[in-house]
Amino acid sequence: MNLLALPCTLRKRGVIGMNQRNFELVGACNDRKAYPLVDNKLFTKRLAAKAGIPMPELLGELSRQFEVEKISERIGELDKFVIKPAQGSGGRGILVIHGRKDGHYLKSSGDVVTTAQLKRLLSNIISGLYSLGGRADSAIIESLVVASEMFAQISIGGVPDIRVVVFRGYPIMAMLRLGTLNSEGKANLHQGGIGVGLDLRTGTGLGAVQYNRRITHHPDSGVPLDGIHIPEWKSLLALACRCYDATNLGYLGCDIVIDAEAGPLLLEMNARPGLAIQLANDCGLAPRLHAVRTRVAFAPSVDERVAFALDALGGAVA
Amino acid sequence: MSWERWSYALAAVLLAVAGIAISMYRQAYTGIPLLPDEERRVWQIEARVEFIASGEPAEVLLTLPPAQDGFLVLSESGASSGFGFTVDRAGPQRRAHWTKRSASGQQTLFYQMDLVEDPQHQITPAMPSEVFEAYFAGPYTTAASEVLNDFLPKSTGAKSLADQLVQAINTSPLSQNMRLLRQGHDAAPLIAALLSRAGIAARTVKALQLEDGRRHQPLHDYVQVWHEDNWLLYDLERGRLDDTADLLLWQTGTPSVIDVVGGSRSQVTFSMTSQTQSALTLSRLTTSPFDLSLHDLPIAEQGMFKLIMTLPVGALVVVFMRLVVGIRTSGTFMPVLIALTFVQTELLAGMIGLVVVVGAALLLRSYLSSLNLLLVARIATLVVVVIALVLILAVVSYRLGLISGLAITFFPMVILAWTVERMSILWEEEGAGEALIQGTGSLVVAVCAYAMMSLEIVRHLAFNFPELNMLVLAGILLLGRYTGYRLTELVRFLPLARRESQ
Repeated sequence: MNLLALPCTLRKRGVIGMNQRNFELVGACNDRKAYPLVDNKLFTKRLAAKAGIPMPELLGELSRQFEVEKISERIGELDKFVIKPAQGSGGRGILVIHGRKDGHYLKSSGDVVTTAQLKRLLSNIISGLYSLGGRADSAIIESLVVASEMFAQISIGGVPDIRVVVFRGYPIMAMLRLGTLNSEGKANLHQGGIGVGLDLRTGTGLGAVQYNRRITHHPDSGVPLDGIHIPEWKSLLALACRCYDATNLGYLGCDIVIDAEAGPLLLEMNARPGLAIQLANDCGLAPRLHAVRTRVAFAPSVDERVAFALDALGGAVA
Repeated sequence: MSWERWSYALAAVLLAVAGIAISMYRQAYTGIPLLPDEERRVWQIEARVEFIASGEPAEVLLTLPPAQDGFLVLSESGASSGFGFTVDRAGPQRRAHWTKRSASGQQTLFYQMDLVEDPQHQITPAMPSEVFEAYFAGPYTTAASEVLNDFLPKSTGAKSLADQLVQAINTSPLSQNMRLLRQGHDAAPLIAALLSRAGIAARTVKALQLEDGRRHQPLHDYVQVWHEDNWLLYDLERGRLDDTADLLLWQTGTPSVIDVVGGSRSQVTFSMTSQTQSALTLSRLTTSPFDLSLHDLPIAEQGMFKLIMTLPVGALVVVFMRLVVGIRTSGTFMPVLIALTFVQTELLAGMIGLVVVVGAALLLRSYLSSLNLLLVARIATLVVVVIALVLILAVVSYRLGLISGLAITFFPMVILAWTVERMSILWEEEGAGEALIQGTGSLVVAVCAYAMMSLEIVRHLAFNFPELNMLVLAGILLLGRYTGYRLTELVRFLPLARRESQ
């Protein structure tokens, strides 16, 4: 039994598989009509602004090819910004610029990006290279989140974000995602990022995985990963809860970053959050889903839901 | 929820049952075999009638075989030069009827029929209307009575009496009465007459022994005995025949085999050849024109549909591979399209061609991407590049004598270009590893789909029984509700299971 897990063992641990996620969570809890709200980051930003959910500042958007030529004027003197496709997924097509040098742009890794390369990326984004089904898309320019001091050592090339899975308005599981050199700063797990499971009660690290393997130290910096503690944990969970109120998506993944100045900011939402979070937490989703399902649903306040998550979902059910 | 689940499962089962039922009905109705390689024997039998015409109006009547178990008439013809030909259906048996106003000298007429062996073909035998009281002339009457007095007490019914009588005329020396009777009678009419005298329906029949390649064969006499609602057939030397598959009854009733008016010294001989044909070809010959099937289409379109009808099976394979096995593919149904192409190109040639062209195009695309083209223009450029690659591959492989290299031309250019495009996006965005995983996944699924789609039985069933797609649909519907773990997830979530065992 070294190569395959027994289905019954996984079942006992409450592990949710992809088919079950698609059918019972994404399919049953998420209204398709609400997908554009989360799939298109421009819509998300408008929605968040209305609901009072803080997000990184939108500096500009490009939706036509002719705008690409004037990009230098649009960017002006900005030296820290992020370009991403409005309808991108899986971290594709995202460019993070940390500075300028000799008229070129610098990525976090120090690599140089020329204006021509920048224009090509924008042009690709607009023609739909990164959007689902190749639909025409818009490029978003938004302010760069400055990672708080404590993350400086554990994240390479990008701001770590915290993925909170929200089920029917209750935060049920969370993990911290760290970029690595291998993942080119992207924090998505399947691209080589590190997932650190978080104790839902306290926001402390439980253990980490990379490429499905358990690790204890950051592979690039050698910093131990078990002592991580996320600040402002409660308000972070509350932010995730409010995302549900804004979208009404029953099974929702919220990607939240902690800005050094502004505190928790919503980066993006995902209507089909992945299952790697179970590996990072070394714990299946099913018991927590069950705990929420058996609760009388009468739309309690955000605080009550956070309190329930802190009380009931953290250690006891897992 | 549970009711909804049940009704869903019920719908799938109903679909499957309906699909099977319709195809079974059609199978029974059209005789299209369920298995592709079922072969049936077809006998081509020629009756050759010869006579000397006397110069007067000539009329020839040849008795034709009755409908019987195990044989189906595919076609028949009796045209002979100078003679009018009709088939006379008035009497108890059909008769071929040739006529000519004036004929003289040696005349030869041919009657040909194609018969197919069909074990399923059964005729309900007609109950003989009456039992003829057999007439034995003078001295034979007593002998017949004594023979029957000997055997009747020892027999229980038609079958055992007939068994014993046939045995009796084959024992030597013959009993005194038997010897007397045989002096005045042929064996077959004698047995039939004795049985009739005992009140049992029996008759002499003439049958043709079927043997491939035999020529100038005569008909042989047999005796049929009515027993328990069926005719038993007796060979006068071998006794009762259980297996009559190679015997074609030719004449069973009162009319003689051949009657000639206006001629003399008539005789009829038989030649036969057999060949095996696929039952499918035969069923097409016998299918009624009102039965709608894909066979009604022109041959070229049929060929296309043979391919298209296997697509649902390919789709089922993709659903299975993605939902149950969990293989990631680039593009949902791209693998089916690739598999469809493999069917045309042969697997190995197709795979090599695909990998070569996609690989080369991927390399070129990295150059293209530095040209900073818009997406649409880039895909269009790729189409052109892919066509050039296909051209080069085809010409070079042909020059090298590798005809199979030409197989690449079967690939629809758009499929190739899209495959290249998707793969290169994957490559740029998710890295070479992911591109390799999904590319290999697509290829594996395509090969699996190909394996299913090229199975002879699948192609045969899909084309001849399109309603079986309901079964495929039911399978897809059921798989669509599969919420268990995927095979690949058992590997993926292994760390979660490990802690349990610690």
